[in-house]
Amino acid sequence: MTIEPDVTQALAAAHGLKPDEYQRILELIGRAPSFTELGIFSAMWNEHCSYKSSKKWLRTLPTTGPQVIQGPGENAGVVDIGDGQAVVFKMESHNHPSYIEPYQGAATGVGGILRDVFTMGARPIAALNALSFGDPAHPRTRALVAGVVAGIGGYGNCFGVPTVGGEVRFHPAYNGNCLVNAFAAGLADADRIFYSAASGVGMPVVYLGAKTGRDGVGGATMASAEFSDDAHEKRPTVQVGDPFTEKRLLEACLELMDSGAVISIQDMGAAGLTCSAVEMGDKGGLGIELDLDAVPCREQAMTAYEMMLSESQERMLMVLRPEREAAARAIFDKWDLDFAVVGHTIAEDRFLVRHGGAVKADLPLKALSGTAPEYDRPWVETPPPAPLGAVPETDPAEALLRLMGAPNFCSRAWVWEQYDHMVMADTVVRPGADAAVVRVHGTAKALAFTADVTPRYCKANPYQGGRQAVAEAYRNLSATGAKPLACTDNLNFGNPERPEIMGQFVRCVRGIGAACAALGMPVVSGNVSLYNETSGEAILPTPTIGAVGLLTSLDQLIPMAPGAGETLVLLGETHGHLGQSALLWELHARAEGDAPPVDLAAERRAGELVRRLRAEDLITAAHDLSDGGLAVAAAEMALAAGTGVALEADPALPAAAWFFGEDQGRYLVACA
Amino acid sequence: MRSAVIVFPGSNCDRDMVVALSRATGRAAAMVWHKDAALPAGLDLVALPGGFSFGDYLRCGAIAARSPIMRAVADFAQRGGLVLGVCNGFQILIEAGLLPGALMRNQTLKFVCRDTTLAVETTDSPFTRAYGNRRVISVPVAHHEGAYIADGATLDRLRDEDRIAFRYVDARGEPVAQANPNGAVDNIAGILGANRRVLGMMPHPERAADPALGGADGALLFESLCASLETA
Repeated sequence: MTIEPDVTQALAAAHGLKPDEYQRILELIGRAPSFTELGIFSAMWNEHCSYKSSKKWLRTLPTTGPQVIQGPGENAGVVDIGDGQAVVFKMESHNHPSYIEPYQGAATGVGGILRDVFTMGARPIAALNALSFGDPAHPRTRALVAGVVAGIGGYGNCFGVPTVGGEVRFHPAYNGNCLVNAFAAGLADADRIFYSAASGVGMPVVYLGAKTGRDGVGGATMASAEFSDDAHEKRPTVQVGDPFTEKRLLEACLELMDSGAVISIQDMGAAGLTCSAVEMGDKGGLGIELDLDAVPCREQAMTAYEMMLSESQERMLMVLRPEREAAARAIFDKWDLDFAVVGHTIAEDRFLVRHGGAVKADLPLKALSGTAPEYDRPWVETPPPAPLGAVPETDPAEALLRLMGAPNFCSRAWVWEQYDHMVMADTVVRPGADAAVVRVHGTAKALAFTADVTPRYCKANPYQGGRQAVAEAYRNLSATGAKPLACTDNLNFGNPERPEIMGQFVRCVRGIGAACAALGMPVVSGNVSLYNETSGEAILPTPTIGAVGLLTSLDQLIPMAPGAGETLVLLGETHGHLGQSALLWELHARAEGDAPPVDLAAERRAGELVRRLRAEDLITAAHDLSDGGLAVAAAEMALAAGTGVALEADPALPAAAWFFGEDQGRYLVACA
Repeated sequence: MRSAVIVFPGSNCDRDMVVALSRATGRAAAMVWHKDAALPAGLDLVALPGGFSFGDYLRCGAIAARSPIMRAVADFAQRGGLVLGVCNGFQILIEAGLLPGALMRNQTLKFVCRDTTLAVETTDSPFTRAYGNRRVISVPVAHHEGAYIADGATLDRLRDEDRIAFRYVDARGEPVAQANPNGAVDNIAGILGANRRVLGMMPHPERAADPALGGADGALLFESLCASLETA
């Protein structure tokens, strides 16, 4: 047997636990923890799993509405789409692993979010991703882009979910920390949603899927710290994905759920067996005992510590009805997947882990998640940005050419052609439009999906930036004719222990909350990724909003491409807001002025007007205005249609302000 | 027409194929598990769907080609049954020896998913008859290993026997390099077996069989099959 190290405060610190947090453990259990117990605490109490810095503010978000079946707190949010059907979705980051090992980091990010969705009983029908990279000229950027895109494709393509959209941005603030935010949505029967809460004493706890290896041990802790120059040394903490196993796991789980054998289910994501077992017990008000000798292992002589912290992918934990055990085992045999009873539910509030005949952990279960530290971190208001200086007048046509050729605006076909965006044969609107549209299989209904944020705005004015991210998602959905239903937020920020970063976080969340409430788009799931910093340099605040809209019939769909000879009409008010605009940044390398203000009531009116114009058959095409303003939106519509476009100037405004101003709440619609 | 779709672990276009076949034939296509040893009785067509059978580990299609059901599929083909392999299904047919040649990694070394323009090079097959004079069609591809290659003698035979079913072409119908998504020799997108009743192709006709998805050029392939069975 391996000799376990003695647990000291120094060892606790190496596990990412602060001195006061270690003290809290000693008080909680009245003794020094064992090595395995220390690992369990570090897994449960790290930022990634406990949301200890963000919880206070996340509670302020609107999360309910008549359409919401399940809000935050489960593996994914669940929203009613009528006819007894529900859409299940969530967005989650895999930033730290993707920077260390881009292919596997991105691939397992996709794998994790797909698992979150099918754990709830939904078949995944769409994947999106929002990617942020450093300066294209930075020596790491090319390899990161190539690796991340290949990893997303490698996993999603094999699994067989269409990757239908997302966004790709470049900015030097991401040189040391790329962002990989993966979104997935699935379809389920509204009355057949599966949850993680265990119920019943003495029920078998069953381990399903792939075997446990040493990959990813300590991954969640790694993802809760900032990088220094030795980030590459953390490579062994990144998991390795196997999409083929995940595909079989999907089919086996859905078959098992159909059979009525499943009481509760939880996927093994961050902090693997530890998090999943504690979650099931905690939510069900039960204890859990685990016998690690029964865990299927890929490697020899694995210790209890390693098994409890492994982040090997494609694994599930379920509580099954004992009388259905044999039928359940047969389904997993059919798909050649591991199936092992590794423990039982118990009545006491206890998390008991045995291995090799010895007790390796014996902890109060509720306290593991219930008493996780929670911080009200100090924060300061973001100072106002530098005022907007004079904007040089340039020839609009030339400025448009330069803008459309910039890495942030050029065609993303190189990216999405590497993703199978048509598998499942329901993709109605492919990548490259405002929002992707996927038909609800076997019906005339469809769902629209988008992922949006403008980090430049969030940096300049976190509150307006947070509002704008939600408003743009609302607009992108509305431009396809969809009625926005709900959203998921993926909040990427720097080190929350710095008050200026915490200030960005607090104000962005406030802005998101205000916009979600005003636009009737509650937050039903989400993820927080902090410590996106390298050597003290933080990323731009990047609260990505993934949003879902419903088309009750494909007849409501609005294409982006107008017909030749049609008239383009600009909806919404134009004041020529050039602060923090793409024109200023891309052509003049200046980030000045305030972010554009968002009038949420006007935003809602404009979205409703676009849907009404479609219903009354008055428009043939629509596109939202965002980065790059009127000129870029018109160019994108023309490109989609393969036509030209003639735009008129407004004599009341300078050309740059009229063509490239980024006032919110605007659409271009086409009329025959 | 009675049809069946073989399901391998990792198949992910199996449902899409069933939908397209059922829509064209007006009769639900059966799904047959790879571990089965026999096909349902009375079948007219067996389809091997796209996807990543066995994760595309080892070599695409190599493990699937050795599944128990493939013996029955080979017998079925031997007896003159219609066999359609799309994408991973094409790879499996080649690995099973039911079609000649090999499918190599795309020349770009990247997965490619996009619409391709195809020339229907022969209408002398039960799969392509309905295309008639409609020579240039649009059907999407989605693959990482789709570059068809074969030795000179095999290619000569395929050409001499009019067994090249589809080529990647430009809008004018010319097999130019820019139209070729994967570097396939002679822009070959699909080939027929010696008896013209086995077709392997990289493009996905089942994804182009529904006007709501932006095109229905693939539907003619399924209609061809139905029509040829009615007249048989």
